[in-house]
Amino acid sequence: MMTRSVDSAATPETPDEASFLRDTVRAFRRNRMAMAGLIFILLLVFCAVFVPWISPHDPYRVALDEQLLPPSTTYWLGTDNFGRDVLTRILYGARISLVVGIVPSLISLLIGTIMGILSGYLGGKTDFVVMRLADMMIAFPSLLLAMVVMYTLGANLLNIFLALALVGWASVARVVRAQTLALREKEFVEAAHANGTSRGRIMFDHIFPNVVPTLIVLFSLSIPEAIMWESSLSFLGVGVQPPAASWGLLVAKGKEYMFQNPSVAISPGVAILLAVLAFNFIGDGLRDALDPSMKD
Amino acid sequence: MTTDTGSEIVLSTRALTKHFHVGGGFAGRPSRVVRAVDGVTLEIRARETFALVGESGCGKTTLGRVMLRLQEPTSGEIVYDGTELTGLGEGEMRALRKKMQIVFQDPYASLNPRMRIEQILAEPLRSHGYGTPAEIRERCAELLELVGLRTQYLRNYPHQFSGGQRQRIGIARALANKPDFVVCDESVSALDVSIQAQVLNLLADLQDQLKLTYFFITHDLAVVRQFADRVGVMFLGRLVEVGTTEEIFARPLHPYTMLLMAAVPRPDPRARGGERPMMQGEIPSPMALPPGCRFHTRCPFARDICRVEDPALQNHAGHTVACHFPLEN
Repeated sequence: MMTRSVDSAATPETPDEASFLRDTVRAFRRNRMAMAGLIFILLLVFCAVFVPWISPHDPYRVALDEQLLPPSTTYWLGTDNFGRDVLTRILYGARISLVVGIVPSLISLLIGTIMGILSGYLGGKTDFVVMRLADMMIAFPSLLLAMVVMYTLGANLLNIFLALALVGWASVARVVRAQTLALREKEFVEAAHANGTSRGRIMFDHIFPNVVPTLIVLFSLSIPEAIMWESSLSFLGVGVQPPAASWGLLVAKGKEYMFQNPSVAISPGVAILLAVLAFNFIGDGLRDALDPSMKD
Repeated sequence: MTTDTGSEIVLSTRALTKHFHVGGGFAGRPSRVVRAVDGVTLEIRARETFALVGESGCGKTTLGRVMLRLQEPTSGEIVYDGTELTGLGEGEMRALRKKMQIVFQDPYASLNPRMRIEQILAEPLRSHGYGTPAEIRERCAELLELVGLRTQYLRNYPHQFSGGQRQRIGIARALANKPDFVVCDESVSALDVSIQAQVLNLLADLQDQLKLTYFFITHDLAVVRQFADRVGVMFLGRLVEVGTTEEIFARPLHPYTMLLMAAVPRPDPRARGGERPMMQGEIPSPMALPPGCRFHTRCPFARDICRVEDPALQNHAGHTVACHFPLEN
């Protein structure tokens, strides 16, 4: 058995949080799929940010003599019906689609988690009010709700975030509440209650960390959903306005030329697919890295 | 409830009751009431081990939780160290939780899988403002040593331990703030027999060392015999008999106690098949209690009065018993 003096020498004054982070990063890096996903997303972000310097083409230049060209060395993924380079437009579209995919998902996750934990743990009146609010959000046709927001507030990116978060938080809150109800009955929560831990701390230290795996899955699911929502809104004319590009919009417009040049519709579709896949791998890796029992 | 020892009382309950409402409330259907704990009056003395025995579903665990106000009693009183608990607000109750603790049954469910042992042990200390982070860390190491684990385990997670080790951690957590009253809710039932003995010995050592009082909930009579000073026998939410361990085992007065003792399997193959009094029928539903003595439907000695009148706990030859016709033997 180790004596205490030896032990305190072996355990330096590192706070728990720092070493937890280090362990998590190490576990994440060992997961190849997750690392591949992360590298892909970082590459995509890099290209999206620096596309004006990377690409020789102008995404808005109309060249009617170069319509619907097949992929070539000049136009790697061909051109669309206005003769614009498809690859360049996909990279410009990534700017909007990645942001629209991530930001509203994060906002609805944040709101949904807080509401869900409060509702599930406190129960009673809080539960009733929060859940009726969520029911209202879910009962409304969400596309209609989002459209109303966009029409009244105007079509810009910030309002897309707002509309999507307004639609998204309710379902997150429902899932988190259900998890909280199950966790609340666990003996470790009762033990925390028994040793005098406050309700706030119980929610933060015991409920929240055990909800995180679910949140990560919800997050990787909600990114493609948000990208699709954005494309629906754009298609209906209240989202991103042409000639600006977003992936959803590119697929929607490109599908009309499916037979002349399939690359116009398929390429942005593949971009969505790859990004969603990459986020899923990252999500899985993160979930496992955060689980202490997966680290040994 | 007066017997010879006469040491001071740590915790007492008076007519403690916990009712659960099940179902109903929809379309005017009346909800039904489960009387999990139905008027329990008992006293627990300083530094004793009071064992509560009874079959599954008799309300043992609920009584333990209600005594610590982990569940709110429906009515009745709980007096801890001169303070009446049922009227206390949440803040006052939290302060008192330092002194009254619980060790749970399932060592796998009672530790948060996402916390290190150090965090688990530090939680009760932080909640009661124990001291600086360094002092808390030192106390955590001390606690691990107290329950016989190495201090280097502080950095580990619960899944890296065996059931017995986890239970030791659960005990360490309960002892963090130096309590004097500990409810052990089936604390060794989930462990295998050899580990059970180790944990029981640990609990006994700690009791001597730290002057603890145990309220020991169990269904294992062998453990009771070895470990308890006094025994309370519970049936369907009521205490039916209370006495010292020797008394209860040597001369059970309540037919239920006697039958419970007789139901313990004997590890002697030659004694098998002999005449043994058996309990008749099923345990009545706590939602539909029989009138009169609630044990009469299963009692081999029941007479007319048992079907009508509910017997009260009364002194009888050194222990208390709730029966119209205490056994004479």
